Amino acid sequence: MISADIQTVLPEILLSLYAMGALMAAVYTIKDGAAALLTWVTAGVFVLLAVWIGINGSGSTSAFGGMFVDDSFARFSKIVILISAAIVLLMSEGYMARRNLLRFEYPLLVALAVVGMMVMVSAGDLMALYMGLELQSLSLYVVASLRRDSAKSTEAGLKYFVLGALSSGLLLYGASLTYGFAGTTLFSGIIDALHHEVSLGLLFGLVFLLAGFAFKVSAAPFHMWTPDVYEGSPTPVTAFFATAPKVAAMALFARVVHDAFGGIVGEWQQIVAFLAVVSMFLGAIAAIGQRDIKRLMAYSSIAHMGFALMGLAAGTALGVQAMLIYMAIYVTMNIGTFALILSMEKDGRPVTDIQALQSYSKRDPLMALVMLIMMFSLAGVPPMLGFFGKFYVLRAAYDAGLGWLAVAGVIASVIGAFYYLRIVYYVYFGAEGEGTDSRPTPVLWAAAVVSAVIVAVAWLPGINLFGIEPVAAAAAATLVN
Amino acid sequence: MGNLLSLTTFIPLLGAAILALFLRGDDEAAQRNAKWVALVVTSATFLVSLFIWFGFDPNNTDFQFVEERPWLLGLQYKMGVDGISVLFVMLTTFLMPLVIAACWDVKTRVKEYMIAFLLLETLMLGVFMALDLVLFYLFFEAGLIPMFLIIGIWGGKDRIYASFKFFLYTFLGSVLMLVAMVAMFTDAGTTDIPALMAHEFGSEDFSLLGIQIIGGAQTLMWIAFFASFAVKMPMWPVHTWLPDAHVQAPTAGSVVLAAILLKMGGYGFLRFSLPMFPVGSEVMGPLVLWLSAIAIVYTSLVALVQQDMKKLIAYSSVAHMGYVTMGIFAVNQQGIDGAIFQMISHGFISGALFLCVGVIYDRMHTREIDAYGGLVNRMPAYALIFMFFTMANVGLPGTSGFIGEFLTLMGIFQVNTWVAVIATTGVILSAAYALWLYRRVVMGDLIKESLKTISDMTTRERAIFAPLVFMTLLLGVYPAPVLDTIGPSVQALIGQYDIATAAFEAANQVASN
Repeated sequence: MISADIQTVLPEILLSLYAMGALMAAVYTIKDGAAALLTWVTAGVFVLLAVWIGINGSGSTSAFGGMFVDDSFARFSKIVILISAAIVLLMSEGYMARRNLLRFEYPLLVALAVVGMMVMVSAGDLMALYMGLELQSLSLYVVASLRRDSAKSTEAGLKYFVLGALSSGLLLYGASLTYGFAGTTLFSGIIDALHHEVSLGLLFGLVFLLAGFAFKVSAAPFHMWTPDVYEGSPTPVTAFFATAPKVAAMALFARVVHDAFGGIVGEWQQIVAFLAVVSMFLGAIAAIGQRDIKRLMAYSSIAHMGFALMGLAAGTALGVQAMLIYMAIYVTMNIGTFALILSMEKDGRPVTDIQALQSYSKRDPLMALVMLIMMFSLAGVPPMLGFFGKFYVLRAAYDAGLGWLAVAGVIASVIGAFYYLRIVYYVYFGAEGEGTDSRPTPVLWAAAVVSAVIVAVAWLPGINLFGIEPVAAAAAATLVN
Repeated sequence: MGNLLSLTTFIPLLGAAILALFLRGDDEAAQRNAKWVALVVTSATFLVSLFIWFGFDPNNTDFQFVEERPWLLGLQYKMGVDGISVLFVMLTTFLMPLVIAACWDVKTRVKEYMIAFLLLETLMLGVFMALDLVLFYLFFEAGLIPMFLIIGIWGGKDRIYASFKFFLYTFLGSVLMLVAMVAMFTDAGTTDIPALMAHEFGSEDFSLLGIQIIGGAQTLMWIAFFASFAVKMPMWPVHTWLPDAHVQAPTAGSVVLAAILLKMGGYGFLRFSLPMFPVGSEVMGPLVLWLSAIAIVYTSLVALVQQDMKKLIAYSSVAHMGYVTMGIFAVNQQGIDGAIFQMISHGFISGALFLCVGVIYDRMHTREIDAYGGLVNRMPAYALIFMFFTMANVGLPGTSGFIGEFLTLMGIFQVNTWVAVIATTGVILSAAYALWLYRRVVMGDLIKESLKTISDMTTRERAIFAPLVFMTLLLGVYPAPVLDTIGPSVQALIGQYDIATAAFEAANQVASN
């Protein structure tokens, strides 16, 4: 019995063992001297695990009395998390090294955060959920304040920690209410309890849980930490925040509302729809005034989470599928965009003011083109991939009778298009001016170009999003039945 | 030749890729090469598209040259042409080499400029050939990107404002259409355009937020599509982006915008609004007729007071598009025939007029009407060409402009006499502003110092105008090639429309009894 359980959580165990082992080894040997090597090795481990999960996993198994679930939904999310974390790690290596930030703890903290995320998306129980969430969050708090001598970075870490603790509190409170009224922390038990009666206490629990998740996915009105943390953290960390943790939190969100509260879709649908519509509009409008590209990307991610939540609000298998595809596309776009942001430098110092992109197209036509593709994709203009993500969620929302939400979403996307266009404006139409003077490193160059190519052509007939669609459909089907 | 349509569509894209990948440097030789590659590619596209034209059977009202392959989400990559779309395809391929030739004097970022136009050609052709809803949307929207860049990078002084306004205005219109497309997909379970034409969308009245919606879902979807096409067309009162975009766009951009991009709106009405939402069209048709009548008179009056030549022609375009929407929503043979004819003919005439402005702009770098006068003294050939297209714009019999206007007015007269009467005054007004423009620019004595040395058109410029003059005259005296091509398809469209609306009206009769 126990060996079967361990078999199920083997990827997580291996990754934790690796992280702890490497930590010990580095502490007692060359410390930061091993940082670059560890970054590459960690990324390699991520990729190997992703491949292993992709090839080996089949069917749905649960371990430890249902606390831990391994199904195709979890595997889909884990693969996206692992691959994106690996790419972001590789992208950060050069940047961190040049700024003397590359400590050996960095890749290992990321590895621990990834373990947390993998537990999150596999959670079958409120306890496992909380455990995964806290492991992830604690690692991220530290990573956010990695630049110890910078007030901004420290502030970001502290702010993230305080607000994160608050949201964890909300979530715990919701979990305890749910436990009190359902009599169990198992998702399968909660869904059974809801069959008997939907008590007010459970609904309260649900609301607090959702508030906690909304904080983690940075959906408005729980988004306040996002711009500051994005701006203050070192850029590679920001890139990491914008990708893997978002996928994990969104997957967890989907897991809880369907696995534990799938019987009362009507009760949470309106809450999620509200979160979606507020996030989309806030992300679109608040970003207009931003001059710092990292803050701008923070608001952009809020708006994108709104769209992903729109898929979730549908409360159907189609909706979950749309959300998964949306998140995969979102991660691709963000990796490409952050590869460009990471390469924005002037006199060897990083710049994040969007003015620095003035007439970028004359200095580096290829990277400017990548930026153009990314911006139009983020804005959801066809034929870029971002449009297909939006199309999927719009379809799911409309199909579930949320036509008003679809209309609100597209209007928000027009407002949001303005600030993406403004970046294109700086890159292509801007006057000659003082701007970035750097060339991207080979890793960043490759990340930017590859993601741009994917974003520009993956929809072509024959490529069909690399067959991600049926996989996402199968993943969604395990969650919603 | 199973892939003839795809071949035609993607030759320009291939050309753009070749330019992007293999052409290096920005010296004079590289610039010349870029232009020649673009010219050869667009000419080749035109030659290939001739196979479509000659292989097309006008008496077959089905879609022809159909290609189909599976795509994402149960969507299809499906292309095909019928009597209506084949003409727009030909218009596009015919005009593009001329457009490229017209931007021969561009000096900045020539390679990128050519790439933008080649991309735009692919996307425009795709719009007219796509037989899948989402594929159509893809081409339709993607066209905004190169046009945004063309206005923004190579445009005039206020190009930033104009490019943003152009993009956001049209984007807002189209996203509503996207929601309607999603609704259609959910309702009919397919995005295949021929299948959707046969599908009957719900038309039972219901009330939304306390408002009774006559025609039900069809009316709502019709409005969503209207939001997109009316902006694209553009119709009064959502036309305000057009004068800005035209004034700031470089000459070639203006030509493409006026001659082809505007036609996507009219094409959309014919391809989607009428056949898919006949009840919605029936309910909302009168509104369109009145908006068109207002557009014709109002924008003609606005054109009268313009100081900028391009703006004047832009407003004149809005007025002429008013005839098109009016003809389409008259929904009879003359009206729709006239509307399509007007669109094709306007493609030649307005394109030529913008080129005329471009000719003197290139010499004097101003579009102010007051800066000119008496050009006939130094530029007799130019005066002749400008005269010809001014007359065609007014709708002089013998030019193609006349046929379109006459047919639409005849069509509308059978449906709504008042609208016809109001619209007819537009004919007079158009003569007023066009001739007055001509008088101020070309006639009179040459007194302005700056114009004393202006030179007449070069051989290249004459060569660009020659095919346009030929087509305008040909269609003016012998419109049969166009009318015979669209006739059967239009007839089928109207037949279908009448059956659908008759059922709706019969149901309403029963309900009111």
